[in-house]
Amino acid sequence: MNQSGGRERSSLGWLTLIAAVLGGSAAAFAYTAGWLAPERLTPDRMIAALTPPSGPPLGHRRNHAKGICFTGMFEASGNGVELSRAKVFVQGRYPVLGRFNLGTADPNAVDATVRVRGMGLQISAADGEEWRMAMINPPFFAVSTPEAFHDLLVAAGKKDPEAMKTFTRANPEFAAFAAWAKAAPWTGSYAEEPYNSLNSFVFTNAKGDEHAVRWSLVPMAEPAAISQAELERRGPDFLEQEITDRVRSAPQRWTMVTTVADPGDPTADPSRPWPENRRKVQVGTLVVQRIEPERDGPCRDVNFDPTVLPQGIRVSDDPFPAARSSVYRKSYDLRAAEARDYPRNEAAKP
Amino acid sequence: MSNVPHRFAPIQRLLHWLMAFCIIAMLFIGVGMVSTVAPKYLPLILIHKTLGVALLVLVLVRLALRLHFGAPPLPADLPPAMKLGARLSHLLLYGLMIVMPLLGLGMLWSAAYPVVLYGGIQIPALLPQSDQAHTLLWNAHVYLGLAFFALVLLHLAAALFHALIRRDGVFATISPLPQRERMKPTE
Ligand code: HEM
Ligand code: HEM
Ligand code: HEM
Repeated sequence: MNQSGGRERSSLGWLTLIAAVLGGSAAAFAYTAGWLAPERLTPDRMIAALTPPSGPPLGHRRNHAKGICFTGMFEASGNGVELSRAKVFVQGRYPVLGRFNLGTADPNAVDATVRVRGMGLQISAADGEEWRMAMINPPFFAVSTPEAFHDLLVAAGKKDPEAMKTFTRANPEFAAFAAWAKAAPWTGSYAEEPYNSLNSFVFTNAKGDEHAVRWSLVPMAEPAAISQAELERRGPDFLEQEITDRVRSAPQRWTMVTTVADPGDPTADPSRPWPENRRKVQVGTLVVQRIEPERDGPCRDVNFDPTVLPQGIRVSDDPFPAARSSVYRKSYDLRAAEARDYPRNEAAKP
Repeated sequence: MSNVPHRFAPIQRLLHWLMAFCIIAMLFIGVGMVSTVAPKYLPLILIHKTLGVALLVLVLVRLALRLHFGAPPLPADLPPAMKLGARLSHLLLYGLMIVMPLLGLGMLWSAAYPVVLYGGIQIPALLPQSDQAHTLLWNAHVYLGLAFFALVLLHLAAALFHALIRRDGVFATISPLPQRERMKPTE
């Protein structure tokens, strides 16, 4: 082979080029992965913000960690067909799996210390197509954007009292939520709470018409207001005991009410409720028939990711469902990997 | 020696470049989507799942073609260590092309997620929910994904080394361009 100096110099040039191509590719990859952009809001950072100073709730959900499973039926009235071609709106009965829960990262929280109550719900169509959702009892969300939710978690976790003030100044919509948290009556039962989607979604019917909607599960049980002190007196885990006893004596029901947006309603901001007079369609009834502890129950290993949607329902311009899906996935990955810290069977616990 | 091809068949070359483009896209989409909470997360993961399953089908076709057409021999003057490296790395690349989509699917099945692709195509679950299986498959998908990227970089470096420095005709065997005049007479 020819080993002339010119050939060697050009080899060196090519080698440099190859190194540059590799380096550039690796850098582009690292950039895409966010390794070079620590300020990017990643699911990991959101999880870190949710994590209490005492450490993560190993093996448990990173938020809404305290909960109890239920199963039952969704009885579709058939009225929903006009709005969405989702199969579960065709008149009939569809099996459901769900979870009553408290909006806290502490699986052992005292019931009376947690303001927000939630419900995870999965409705299955006959062919196995699933609709999952996770809803809470406030009538609107605390903040306008996922970024603001992250900032809220960070501010609330700081000891400095100025932190929350600074946060509220930057996110004035939070004032309405703070007022709700202060003034809204407490109840003594999961069965007496409404559960609201808050996020908006788009329903598409068989003709292809689209409507932006939100929905609520409105309890048939009459809410009886009790004081926070009274709830505290009833015990740290009163809500789970109460719902277990209550469902054992009779199935509990919620009406699923879909609210249809008018053009111009704020679909992208769950902190802004729509006017009261918007069209409402009762699409069916949720019947909760059986309660099971989370430990051995069917809800523990389900991620109630609100973007698991049937044909006929899709996400809207609301940025929350995507953010939630990304963070819930990570939460699921973590808690599944920590299953040893949360053994499946009571008997397995030391 | 008469039956040995001196280039990959056109369909093999087409598949190589089509899949190379898609796999590189998959790797970038993968690490991009798991590091964002922005609305683009949803379309990205939908593309990731759909394209990933499509690639699984393509790699099976590609393997069948490989068995049918074979591959051109490496240059006779290539040092044996390099030949071994080339064979091993190609084997690994094929392995990862098959295993990565299977891990992706298995990871979703074992977490009880419905697998719904673009256009509402549903893939039925072949595994039950299992924390242990999910954790294993998830870790494998993540770390083999990173290893896949490293291997693609190595493969790229080797290809450029053949094309630019050794100029030994290896790149021409898979070049997407139609055959130019035969390689220069032996150097
Ligand atoms: C960006 C904002 C949000 C973040 C980061 C967030 C975070 C989380 C996380 C990490 C979990 C645990 C998921 C799991 O491991 O399965 C969770 C559960 C839950 N979230 Fe959110 N969330 C957000 C917004 C919301 C909103 C807007 C609602 C209600 C409208 C909501 C209602 C719930 C409920 C009810 C659960 C419990 C579901 C279950 O029982 O598994 N979240 N959230
Ligand atoms: C994700 C990306 C890629 C994958 C998975 C991949 C995979 C493969 C595989 C498995 C082979 C062996 C074919 C066989 O023997 O059946 C091969 C050959 C080859 N690839 Fe790639 N490739 C990728 C990207 C690239 C790129 C970016 C280049 C160049 C810039 C390249 C250049 C070549 C060359 C020159 C050969 C021929 C090697 C020979 O003749 O033995 N590949 N590739
Ligand atoms: C050639 C095929 C594939 C490649 C190269 C690939 C690559 C990747 C990469 C690099 C990641 C990011 C890992 C991380 O940094 O955390 C990822 C994540 C993921 N991939 Fe794939 N993937 C492939 C196929 C699939 C398929 C077929 C599916 C499902 C149908 C899938 C589902 C996922 C999911 C759900 C994640 C997120 C994992 C998590 O963090 O929970 N992938 N993939």
